[in-house]
Amino acid sequence: MIEALSQPFFQRVLLAGLLASLACGVIGTWVVARRMATLSGGLSHAAFGGVGLGYLVGFHPMLGAAGFGVASALVVGLAYRRLGSGIDTLISMIWAVGMALGIVFIALAPGYAPDLGSYLFGSLLFVPWSYLWLVAGLDVLICGVVWVVFKELQAIAFDEEFAEIAGVRVEPLFLMLLSLTALATVTLIRVVGIILAIALLTVPAAIARHWSDSLARMMVIASAVCAAATTAGLLLSWSLADSFGVSAPPGPLVILLVALLYAISAAVRHRLRGAP
Amino acid sequence: MSEPAVELRGVTLRRREETVLERVDLLIGRDEYMAVLGPNGSGKTSLLLVILGLLEPQAGTVRVFGAPPREARGRIGYVPQHARFDRDFPIRVLDVALMGRLGLRPPGRPFSAHDREVAHVMLERMGVERLAPRPIGALSGGELQRVLIARALTSEPKLLLLDEPAAGLDERIGTSLWEQLEALSREMAVVLVSHDIGAISAHVQRVACLNRSLFVHDAHELTPEVLEKIYGAPVTLLAHHDSSKGDPR
Repeated sequence: MIEALSQPFFQRVLLAGLLASLACGVIGTWVVARRMATLSGGLSHAAFGGVGLGYLVGFHPMLGAAGFGVASALVVGLAYRRLGSGIDTLISMIWAVGMALGIVFIALAPGYAPDLGSYLFGSLLFVPWSYLWLVAGLDVLICGVVWVVFKELQAIAFDEEFAEIAGVRVEPLFLMLLSLTALATVTLIRVVGIILAIALLTVPAAIARHWSDSLARMMVIASAVCAAATTAGLLLSWSLADSFGVSAPPGPLVILLVALLYAISAAVRHRLRGAP
Repeated sequence: MSEPAVELRGVTLRRREETVLERVDLLIGRDEYMAVLGPNGSGKTSLLLVILGLLEPQAGTVRVFGAPPREARGRIGYVPQHARFDRDFPIRVLDVALMGRLGLRPPGRPFSAHDREVAHVMLERMGVERLAPRPIGALSGGELQRVLIARALTSEPKLLLLDEPAAGLDERIGTSLWEQLEALSREMAVVLVSHDIGAISAHVQRVACLNRSLFVHDAHELTPEVLEKIYGAPVTLLAHHDSSKGDPR
């Protein structure tokens, strides 16, 4: 395990995981507090359409994912604000249509898409520097925005109607929060992939909720949980390959680890507080 | 300065092809304490949302302090039904109360010492100041109701709108709440909607009965016959000090 940490490629992989954990903890907290897990799942899957378009047209699939994610966030966000209750169908639609578009685009693209699986399930074997810069930039953007309009976002998440009446410009801020959620998904693509991203956007924050009554502290705890699970998953994947010759991809291991952490956290909390 | 707090003329509202409010006329003075009474589904909440400018009526005019509702929002305090809140939301009482100050400063600016002071004063007024650092999940229904009223008051409104303020509260808490609202009505117009007939008629000055159409009465002339007309079934009018749930049916 120690030798893993001394490998430059592994250090880069680890750094990618840690950077993504920050975005995941900060945005995941809003996803859990606002109860919009399904929405975040829809946004991450919609991003796959952009990956496919990237292959087809020839720009970087990551940019496609970001573009598609943000566009879907705006569409669903507006529909949610204007239609209210009919949102369920719409979310499942962008969820499936995004995936379908991705597959069709890739089928139409010339040649073979070699690292397609890495977008779906994550791939930390090779992380280019450009990706690290992208994730670092998104971290700065996400944390900066949340820092500046924290009170407004808190009010919207708690009681949208009152926020509106109190004079908060709810619609642009809500759309921005959804767009940031889509971008947080993009940071998670390398780590756990599009399909599994929903787990990292919800489970660490749900664990944080067990131990905190404030959004700010939840963000810190969720980021830490996410970072711990990512690091452990990577090391586990490395060890399995190194000691037993088993090649288990780190992404799914990370997900299984956060799920385990959730079970432990819930059990410990139940013991301590006697609460459900 | 002499405009009424609320003025509705011929307001008709349809939602999902159903007429919720029909040609409603309503005039509420600046220091009035008024209750809007009606069975479930009679359009009570919709009426409040129209006054707040969150719902746009298909016909008629709405004026709040002589202006369109959206422009008057800074002067309206709104207390939604406390039962619909997600009590699991991670937030402290003080932060809830401060939400009333959000529109009074540029977006992104931190709250000033004055903002915090006002929030504390209003929590104190509603008797829940000691709960300021607590998470809302730790509050009883009655405490949360008071926190929500304090939140509405921190915007220093001239019109306070409350949706079913006593729903789900026990009798004793309900009674003291009516008294607190009565005290507030000396400084601002207070309008509440409720189906809780007995408690309301004991404290408010006027009662408007709503079942799509609206009929306004002085509180003392609210008789079983009048109520029967509104609810469409015989209604028992409860005594002054009795605020137990008067289920109209």
